[in-house]
Amino acid sequence: MVISKKPRSQNHYPNPNFMREDRTEMSEDDDRSSPSDSVNTIDSCSNKTTSGSTSGSGPSSIPEYQAPYPDQVLENVLENVLCFLTSRRDRNAASLVCRSWYRVEALTRSDLFIGNCYAVSPRRATSRFTRIRSVTLKGKPRFADFNLMPPNWGAHFAPWVSAMAKAYPWLEKVHLKRMTVTDEDLAVLAESFFGFKELVLVCCDGFGTNGLAVVASRCRQLRVLDLIESEVSDDEVDWISFFPESATCLESLIFDCVDCPINFDALERLVARSLSLKKLRLNRYVSIGQLHRLMVRAPQLTHLGTGSFRPSEDVAQGEQEPDYTSAFAASKSLVCLSGFRDIIPDYLTAIYPVCASLTSLNLSYANINAEQLKPIIGNCHKLQIFWVLDSICDEGLQAVAATCKELRELRVFPIDAREDSEGPVSEVGLQAISEGCRKLQSILYFCQRMTNAAVIAMSKNCPDLVVFRLCIMGRHRPDHVTGEPMDEGFGAIVMNCKKLTRLAVSGLLTDRAFNYFGRYGKTVRTLSVAFAGDSDMALKYVLEGCPRLQKLEIRDSPFGDAALLSGRHHYYNMRFLWMSSCKLTSGGCQQIAQELPHLVVEVFNHEFDEDMGNFVNTLYMYRSLEGPRDDAPKFVSIL
Amino acid sequence: MEGCSKITEACPQLLDLIPREREWLVKRADERSSEEKKLELRLGPPGEEWSLRENAKNADDRERDESLLSLGYFSNGNQHTRKFSSPENLQPGSVWFNQQLSQQAKATPFLQFPSKTVTTRQSLPVMAKESSQPCCTKVVVDLQQSAEKKAFSPPAPANTAVVPSSSQKRTAPGSVVGWPPIRSSRKNLASSSSSKPVTDSQNESPNKKVASEKPVETCKKGMFVKINMDGVPIGRKVDLTAYDSYEKLSTVVDELFRGLLTAQRDSSAGGIMSEQEEEKAFMGVLDGSGEYTLVYEDNEGDRMLVGDVPWHMFVSMVKRLRVLKSSEVSALSLGSSKQGKESTDEMRRKNFAVKILF
Repeated sequence: MVISKKPRSQNHYPNPNFMREDRTEMSEDDDRSSPSDSVNTIDSCSNKTTSGSTSGSGPSSIPEYQAPYPDQVLENVLENVLCFLTSRRDRNAASLVCRSWYRVEALTRSDLFIGNCYAVSPRRATSRFTRIRSVTLKGKPRFADFNLMPPNWGAHFAPWVSAMAKAYPWLEKVHLKRMTVTDEDLAVLAESFFGFKELVLVCCDGFGTNGLAVVASRCRQLRVLDLIESEVSDDEVDWISFFPESATCLESLIFDCVDCPINFDALERLVARSLSLKKLRLNRYVSIGQLHRLMVRAPQLTHLGTGSFRPSEDVAQGEQEPDYTSAFAASKSLVCLSGFRDIIPDYLTAIYPVCASLTSLNLSYANINAEQLKPIIGNCHKLQIFWVLDSICDEGLQAVAATCKELRELRVFPIDAREDSEGPVSEVGLQAISEGCRKLQSILYFCQRMTNAAVIAMSKNCPDLVVFRLCIMGRHRPDHVTGEPMDEGFGAIVMNCKKLTRLAVSGLLTDRAFNYFGRYGKTVRTLSVAFAGDSDMALKYVLEGCPRLQKLEIRDSPFGDAALLSGRHHYYNMRFLWMSSCKLTSGGCQQIAQELPHLVVEVFNHEFDEDMGNFVNTLYMYRSLEGPRDDAPKFVSIL
Repeated sequence: MEGCSKITEACPQLLDLIPREREWLVKRADERSSEEKKLELRLGPPGEEWSLRENAKNADDRERDESLLSLGYFSNGNQHTRKFSSPENLQPGSVWFNQQLSQQAKATPFLQFPSKTVTTRQSLPVMAKESSQPCCTKVVVDLQQSAEKKAFSPPAPANTAVVPSSSQKRTAPGSVVGWPPIRSSRKNLASSSSSKPVTDSQNESPNKKVASEKPVETCKKGMFVKINMDGVPIGRKVDLTAYDSYEKLSTVVDELFRGLLTAQRDSSAGGIMSEQEEEKAFMGVLDGSGEYTLVYEDNEGDRMLVGDVPWHMFVSMVKRLRVLKSSEVSALSLGSSKQGKESTDEMRRKNFAVKILF
């Protein structure tokens, strides 16, 4: 078909595709423990495949479509075709073809992804996309998780929910990450969207059990209520009791981060009447004895997060305990296990029957040693995702490497997260993993000592690496065997891992390392830098050499205004740049703000850091169609 | 492979960097004994270390080093010219910073603020480790490598407040905000996993190594609540994140108001209260047995007796504090206010439930 070229809509400024950031379906900094956990965002097309009629005379055969334009025929066809596009990258590309495609794409898009809630306003988003069923919003930058951002910075859900309440009455899914959500927002959500199905809150705050109660009671079609790593205040409301008394549609209930006691009997009854429940993650107020009761009620579970993996205190010593092992054996569908808080390691063997079918195991709250791990991990041949504490030591990692040949993602967290702690894992563990787990795609590894040799080995043994995050906890630590900086190791990673998109570096790093990143890191999208580099050159290498860079977070590194300005050609292509405790001055930030009007340049100085001299404490800048936001707190100045 | 050869090519250049650093180390050794130097750990505000590395030859920088806080680490009990307390003598709250610092007025606020609490939390475990042999040399070696990396110099002499401001950023000497990058929900696993599970793990931690750190504290940057006292017109502010128990809070309250109380009594009664009398006034501020009682206003506006709920719950709820005369407390019928609070809560919940269901 012939489509005449029409001028682009003005909504596209800044031209370099402000949505080009959305290159992936799943965000790479998704901290959930299993990729199969990510809720399916593709459900748009079911009602659009009705007819492929090209007759097009008069009203179309597709219900609720109104096209006031003469090329209605064309748009009908387009609509039928474009509805098959699911990837947002493809959709963004399609929307740029011409006005007609832009319009139709906007009509057929059902999943709205906004990587920075301040890049676009709710009004603009809802007026462009009118038929959205699912919204994903991300707010604060990741460094906010580590107390580098003062509280009350922003990322409020409120304006979004009120705009969407009017624009999307058929909204079914909301997925928020690092947003501030209040109980009132949840109430609006619960009351505005009749068929609401999925609520996923990752690293959010601002709400409490009051809000949960409202959602539980009003969202009668709720299938998914996932609260992950969020801060939930205890309003002393028995929110579990607010679920409907009749059978529920619940498929996933994740509340391990809700750190308040729950009404267990109510939970047990809820599980009993939720026949579709597949994913259940409990908080630490559920004991192992109570877990047993739930498992008996719900043997169909695929994903289980235990509560405290020990009996509650009122169980006397020697009292007859239920047979946990057989409960696990009866749960034949279990593929993902997590929780294990406050574990008494003796109980861990209860999970033995499911090990052979597990694809995801999260022991990152379980303080166990290598000997306790080995019998379990020795059976986990299918394991793809493994999160664990470094209490298992290098020896434990060797055991993992020996068995888990299918491992895709490994995260090793420190049990003692201080710079000068013992450090039970080291390059030995990393080397073992690299040799045993050749299919590794993602690794997060905290340690106290590391060598270039091990990192280089991993770069060669694991060519599929997409995410490489190594945190040597002591700042500026060199290779502890050779005494050299860690440049060569990280350099090898960017050189040899051709699919690398996310990199987090640590240890002693000179400008040379950044030179490597600039030269070889052509696919890198996210880069995290802390206490690294010698001069502005380092940052320049990266800004000039990494065309795909979208998210750059830097702290405590000696980069100044010259380096900042050297990236001016690229900032419109990025989602954000964060630089804290570097050598930026307000003059430099001012200049970049003037040169790039579509960047919002936020500078904050904490009350206590006024004496940083001329240096800016934190720079957080991001592209935006809206200009400076109006909800910025006092400590934020927008240049 | 091509990549490999490039790396080996690069190596000679890399090695060049190291002598430079050593040279810098040597320069610094001129000032003091090299042994002392090796074992010294320096601190300054974040963001300054590169200036030292770049301007290693700058004598001014070195002079400024003198005025920095220095933590002395020592191996095998070596005594240095600066008087550090030996590991055995180290007690919570003991000041083991450089003597020179006492001369610096700017250092004092820093010392006051975290000294009582911080050293118990973060510094002690390090000391304990020092005295166990196998780790010793390793730690020393680490320090050698990291000592110069951790050294900072203040940006300009004018920044006299640099030290106290950095104290706000750091929870303890040697630790930095947000580093290592672990979410607070993942911290304190060593202590919590071996302590009581469901009930709130309070101040006691069976784990010898890590003194208990409340998760609450690592999240909050400093939680200041106003505290007023009956009869004292001027209120004060306390930072609740600096304490981890009611006992400490009552000590602080004692300190804060004792002076004021004395002053007022002096002016009104015309006499000097004996120390005993003073102490009596504040003893039992928590259990109602003393002359004064500590109450607080929570996030719902109710007035509550301090000490009923677990500490961390208290911290999350408290909005203001007040010191009342115990006689007035009973008049307010606080005893029933607990029930009152419950019924208020119940009512609120019911109202809320009503609101959402209709």
